[in-house]
Amino acid sequence: MSESIVPESELEEVELYHAKSWWTEKVFTQDAKLIAVQYGLTAFAIGFVALVLSWFMRIQIAFPELSIISEGTYYQFITMHGMIMVVYLLTALFLGAFGNYLIPLMVGARDMVFPYLNMVSYWTYLVAVLVLFVSFFTPGGPTGAGWTLYPPQAILGGTPGQESGIILMLVSLCIFIVGFTMGGLNYVITILQARTRGMTLMRMPLTVWGIFTATVLALFAFPALFVSAVMMLFDKLLMTSFFMPALVEFGENLTYGGGSPILFQHLFWFFGHPEVYIVALPAFGIVSDLISVHARKNIFGFRMMVWAIVGIGALSFIVWAHHMYVSGMNPYFGFFFATTTLIIAVPTALKVYNWVLTLWKGNIHLTIPMLFCLAFIVTFLNGGLTGLFLGNVVVDVPLSDTYFVVAHFHMVMGIAPVLVILGAIYHWFPLITGRMLHDGMGRFHFWVTFIGSYLIYFPMHYLGFIGVPRRYYEMGQTEALYTSSAADLNVFITLAALAVGFAQLVFVFNVFWSAKKGIVAEKNPWKAASLEWQTPDQPPVHGNFGKELPVIYRWAYDYSVPGAEDDFIPQDVPNEKVKLAKGHSQLGVEST
Amino acid sequence: MATSSKLPLKDGLEGFAFDWSSDQRAFKGVPWGKAMMWIFLLSDTFIFSCFLISYMTARWSTVEPWPNTSEVFSLSVAGVSVPLLLIAIMTFILITSSGTMAMAVRSGYQKKRKQAAALLFLTGILGMSFVGMQAFEWTKLISEGIRPWENPFGARQFGSVFFMVTGFHGIHVSFGVIFLFLTARKVLRGDYDTGRRGFFTWQKGRYEIIETLGLYWHFVDLVWVFIFAFFYLW
Repeated sequence: MSESIVPESELEEVELYHAKSWWTEKVFTQDAKLIAVQYGLTAFAIGFVALVLSWFMRIQIAFPELSIISEGTYYQFITMHGMIMVVYLLTALFLGAFGNYLIPLMVGARDMVFPYLNMVSYWTYLVAVLVLFVSFFTPGGPTGAGWTLYPPQAILGGTPGQESGIILMLVSLCIFIVGFTMGGLNYVITILQARTRGMTLMRMPLTVWGIFTATVLALFAFPALFVSAVMMLFDKLLMTSFFMPALVEFGENLTYGGGSPILFQHLFWFFGHPEVYIVALPAFGIVSDLISVHARKNIFGFRMMVWAIVGIGALSFIVWAHHMYVSGMNPYFGFFFATTTLIIAVPTALKVYNWVLTLWKGNIHLTIPMLFCLAFIVTFLNGGLTGLFLGNVVVDVPLSDTYFVVAHFHMVMGIAPVLVILGAIYHWFPLITGRMLHDGMGRFHFWVTFIGSYLIYFPMHYLGFIGVPRRYYEMGQTEALYTSSAADLNVFITLAALAVGFAQLVFVFNVFWSAKKGIVAEKNPWKAASLEWQTPDQPPVHGNFGKELPVIYRWAYDYSVPGAEDDFIPQDVPNEKVKLAKGHSQLGVEST
Repeated sequence: MATSSKLPLKDGLEGFAFDWSSDQRAFKGVPWGKAMMWIFLLSDTFIFSCFLISYMTARWSTVEPWPNTSEVFSLSVAGVSVPLLLIAIMTFILITSSGTMAMAVRSGYQKKRKQAAALLFLTGILGMSFVGMQAFEWTKLISEGIRPWENPFGARQFGSVFFMVTGFHGIHVSFGVIFLFLTARKVLRGDYDTGRRGFFTWQKGRYEIIETLGLYWHFVDLVWVFIFAFFYLW
């Protein structure tokens, strides 16, 4: 066997900032791993607020006679729930938390390339979260414009929170984008310019590919949201008319005139559709790695998976107006966007096939991360299939603004990515804390979450088919419009939602309990081949890798290689150092 | 971060494929800061594109007539109304500043400390005079009654878009000016020779920073060319 080639080092050794006090070490930290934890905890904290809001909404819909919240509050809760979940929880968690933790470790860097900027990124994000949260306590409360914030109604009287909530929402989004840009530049440049020796782009795990592509999407999609937020702020504060046509309110002519509300929708969805993939692509990447590790088999069609991620990312920029079939835009647009939307299903379906083929004849370990991955595959498939319905103009028009849409997007970009996040936390918790999460609580959490979410969202498809509109505070006299089963189903869904909510409390308890008292994890407990588990310390310390950065000799998926004694070969082990199984003289040959 | 000179770089498509399939760096020999600036500018391009596309949409969705730009943007010199006079001077100054910026980059790489600092300072002064003239232009338009919410010469969107987009560009120029002066001071003090650490970032700077700053400055200049074409000539 020929000696493995060690490439020459192009990069100088990095000088890390060494904290001089507790404040700069633990609070204003420049260590990407701690920043990741800060991002994660903040995102979960605000996400928990959004979860509680959804309980209130569900109780209101199921038991309207209780009137636990008013109509205005309902709209405010629905708006905040949506915006927090999509932007402040999912985006921040995948890119801010997983990106920060995993990128440097997986590509073999000591830290992000601009640690200071990385730190500022987190604190800017925190400010954005606080500005948004403060709107609950301002006069008029948070905005109730719906998470899409469509003008003109978003800034007009009669919409809850139009006094200050909408302003705080828009300002918070702008701050979030500024903060994200600082972090996003870090992630992209670390991946492109700071990999260790031997780490080619095609040897990076799919997790890094997913996060990388999603970050690029975010850097190019958030500008549209930024611009629309600035313009709506001007419409609100300076009485400009970018999005505001001539309007009559309560019999009075408003001073607005000549603006285009559709322009906002175009800008918003130019951001909004890539945003779906900003959330989905990291999930795709992470789930690929998790499946590979826990099925002890290399990912099927690695290159195909990479190009599918890149292709989905590129296509996601030309599908945005499929959110606007009923907006009154030119109907010919609908034809174009329906076509591109259906094309995007091709690389996506390809990924699903590859996940299933990875499992095929794998040595499947039904660990908790694997359970979440399996749940993800079916959930994503379900949500994706209803997407094909909604992508067609003629099917979308009657289903638009019904619970069918709610069911679709919660399945595909709510539950599916969250399942991956949870699976990823069970997978990487031993790396981050050095302890395992409690298995029993974990299994309880998984089954309640998985079955519960199906009990919530499957019936919603039916509600949509019989025409129950989304965003309604109550359904009124059900017998007049829908069958009484709609009301019964709503009670059922609410009970399921509360059960799932309870399971999340168990999970939170498990995280905090296990971080202190969990079983101490052995080194590399899942026997993963990717680089983040090969650090000298577990959890990794500042600087990640001891004195010398590792050298990479292989891709991240060398599982069950014939001839090797162990069923995995870490990325930093050269061929000549792999222990051969008994009776084998070389790697890659079934038997001699 | 420093460039190793013995890299086997290849030309053309083959070189592109070679670099992107290699380890460590996709852009060979490119410092981190410079690569970051390019990506940031791409992102910023999307911001300005969205602004300009919104401007076009606003101009075409409004029902009132668009004001005649050569009248609105004219200056009276000795009783004669000269269209686009101020804006021609502003554009000339900004483009000139790109020239001095490019010279500063060269001096920096030649380690001519004082010359680089002087050129950076000059670029900053030119940028400042641009912002000053923009302020003058805004004052003139405001005194004529143009506001973001109203415009006596026609469509109100004219004022809204004009103040928003030139304002956003002006903020970019102003930030550039601040960093030009800061960098000029650091160059003059010899920070990039002595390896003095940054106050905030604790990192040592290099003369490459001038080029990174230059990228930003040229971008702001390029954006201005588009704003000039779309707002003043259309």
